[in-house]
Amino acid sequence: MRELFLADGWHVPRIPVGDWFAAIVDWLQNNIGPFFDFVDMVVNGAVTGLASALSWLPSLVLILVFAALGWWVRGWRFGLVSLIGFAVVDGLSELPSAMETLAQVLVAGVVAVLIAVPVGIAAARNAAVSRVVKPVLDFMQTLPSFVYLIPVVVFFSIGPVPGVVATVVFALPPGVRLTELGIRQVDPEMVEAGEAFGSPPGRILTEIQIPLAMPSIMAGINQIIMLSLSMVVISGMVGAPGLGSEVYAAVTSLKIGQGFEAGLGVVVLAIYLDRLTSTLGARSAVGRARRRTAAA
Amino acid sequence: MENLYKVFGRRATEAVRRLESGTDRAELELPGVTAAVVDASFTVERGEIFVVMGLSGSGKSTLLRTLNGLLPVTSGRVLVDDTDLTGMTPAQVRELRQQRMSMVFQHFALFPHRTVEENVAYGLSVQGTARERQRTRTAEALELVGLTGWEDRLPGELSGGMRQRVGLARALAADTEILLMDEAFSALDPLIRKEMQDQLLNLQRQLGKTIVFITHDLNEAMRLGDRIAMMRDGRIVQVATATEMLTAPADEYVARFVRDVDRTRVLTASAVMEPAGISFTPATTLAEAQETMRRHELTGVLVADGGTFAGAVTRGAVSAADGAGSVADVLDRSAARVTADTPVADLFGVSAAAPAPLAVVDGAGALLGMVTQQSLLRSLSITEDAEEEVDAHA
Repeated sequence: MRELFLADGWHVPRIPVGDWFAAIVDWLQNNIGPFFDFVDMVVNGAVTGLASALSWLPSLVLILVFAALGWWVRGWRFGLVSLIGFAVVDGLSELPSAMETLAQVLVAGVVAVLIAVPVGIAAARNAAVSRVVKPVLDFMQTLPSFVYLIPVVVFFSIGPVPGVVATVVFALPPGVRLTELGIRQVDPEMVEAGEAFGSPPGRILTEIQIPLAMPSIMAGINQIIMLSLSMVVISGMVGAPGLGSEVYAAVTSLKIGQGFEAGLGVVVLAIYLDRLTSTLGARSAVGRARRRTAAA
Repeated sequence: MENLYKVFGRRATEAVRRLESGTDRAELELPGVTAAVVDASFTVERGEIFVVMGLSGSGKSTLLRTLNGLLPVTSGRVLVDDTDLTGMTPAQVRELRQQRMSMVFQHFALFPHRTVEENVAYGLSVQGTARERQRTRTAEALELVGLTGWEDRLPGELSGGMRQRVGLARALAADTEILLMDEAFSALDPLIRKEMQDQLLNLQRQLGKTIVFITHDLNEAMRLGDRIAMMRDGRIVQVATATEMLTAPADEYVARFVRDVDRTRVLTASAVMEPAGISFTPATTLAEAQETMRRHELTGVLVADGGTFAGAVTRGAVSAADGAGSVADVLDRSAARVTADTPVADLFGVSAAAPAPLAVVDGAGALLGMVTQQSLLRSLSITEDAEEEVDAHA
């Protein structure tokens, strides 16, 4: 008996985490199915609505709208680059797919921001929340996305919704972290000044902490958008239409050229959204104040 | 403020118990516990500038923050017009801060994303004042500190002195009777600092606020303070006027502290004057005057008419008249006179030029006393025993 024990080596008894996880997924599906149906309806409606609105416009108008937005936010040079970029995408006949992808990225981004910013604020104000949130974020960021992609498909079936949900899970953490960091980095003397004049905590948050943390919060939003874009191919695998599914289809059937064309579309979208959102951070009140002060 | 203790860290109550039984702050060997303020009691009178003076780490900033509840006290009471702040709910404390006290910070604590006008209006907007009234109050406050026309600038565009004037205007605009100033001028250049001190004294003359001013600069404390509380290791060592602190320091620590102060700028004529023991009236005969001056070896004597200062006579003028007539005939009616609050530093030049002692008069011209050259010299010497001891050790 003793020899056997040694020969085989000693192990921690098997922990059936996998079974538990599967059981939890089953339980969720059986018990809060209506909730998932509701999420499915809302997200699906938002994505398809936005996508069809975008593809309803003639491509020329669409390209001009993007160029004008770029020009307005960053100046004529960026406007011109946007014009060329989206014209190239249209030239590759990828514009409709790009709009499907854009719709998914925007919806996922908005949902992620709506969750990330309040959670980040709560974590900044409450050490206990921060202690709980941190490991959860680590978990979300490092758990391979395929692992939760499958249960998400179980909940929402194939289509754009599981892609959006998986994207939210993956893109959320930097938004929370940068919001928390931004609020925590606000000069304590500023907060003290608010308190000394008898300002209630809510007003200190909205009038002092959030405006002063805005550059950091905007950096978080920028990161959310960029991470959302990096998930498009994985979304494509679970049936979300757009550039991602084209890349996936091209890769699985070894159509190298078609894959490259779709990939190029992703790059154009990424650069465009990155420059656009990073500029918005500099446009916040604090950003404006910094520039005026530097000029003085 | 009564028997106030502020102890940071866990086991704070135990620390207070030990401190109450006479343990020194340094001997308090509780890990992670810092006693910042120990058994502080004082009363700030309405309309005075009360300066809390101490080196860094003496607990003065902590003390200030207990006054408006930014830091809760560990033990003791903070009374504002007989209402105990320590028993208030958070909402009541906020109300108190809005209506009764405002604060000026060492590093200004202006909001960088708001314009000067928006910064100054901050207290009012928290109070919920109507927009129109905010604008007029803000304009008034900016005018008081001399920053009219800078409304739309951002704090980052202003110099340090101007930023602190915005900080001061923000506190003034809130229209509270109590002003807490935490090392408000310490971050400024010496010249600007002096300018700000003058401005504060000027404003105080107009507005008559109750001001608690924290500083580590003794010269600043003596310039501004109607009364000064000297803090050391969390305890208040002495509460006194600047003059009292110079002439009667409570202990060796205070004595050593005030030794380097330019006492001629702190002491005023009233501190060095002596009673005008020998004086004439205009009716005194010259013969009598000559005899008195010769006997006491005086070069000049003050002349008072029914308590009112009339002028001075010199020995030369009395001798030249040769005994005939009265003092009124040789009286120098334009003889030097000073008020009781003239700093001693300003007396030297006047005294050197005057043959007679300087007359110290009040606003109505009544003769209060006189300052001789001897008494001026004496004001410069350090006569306190404690200080001589310190000198002996050095």
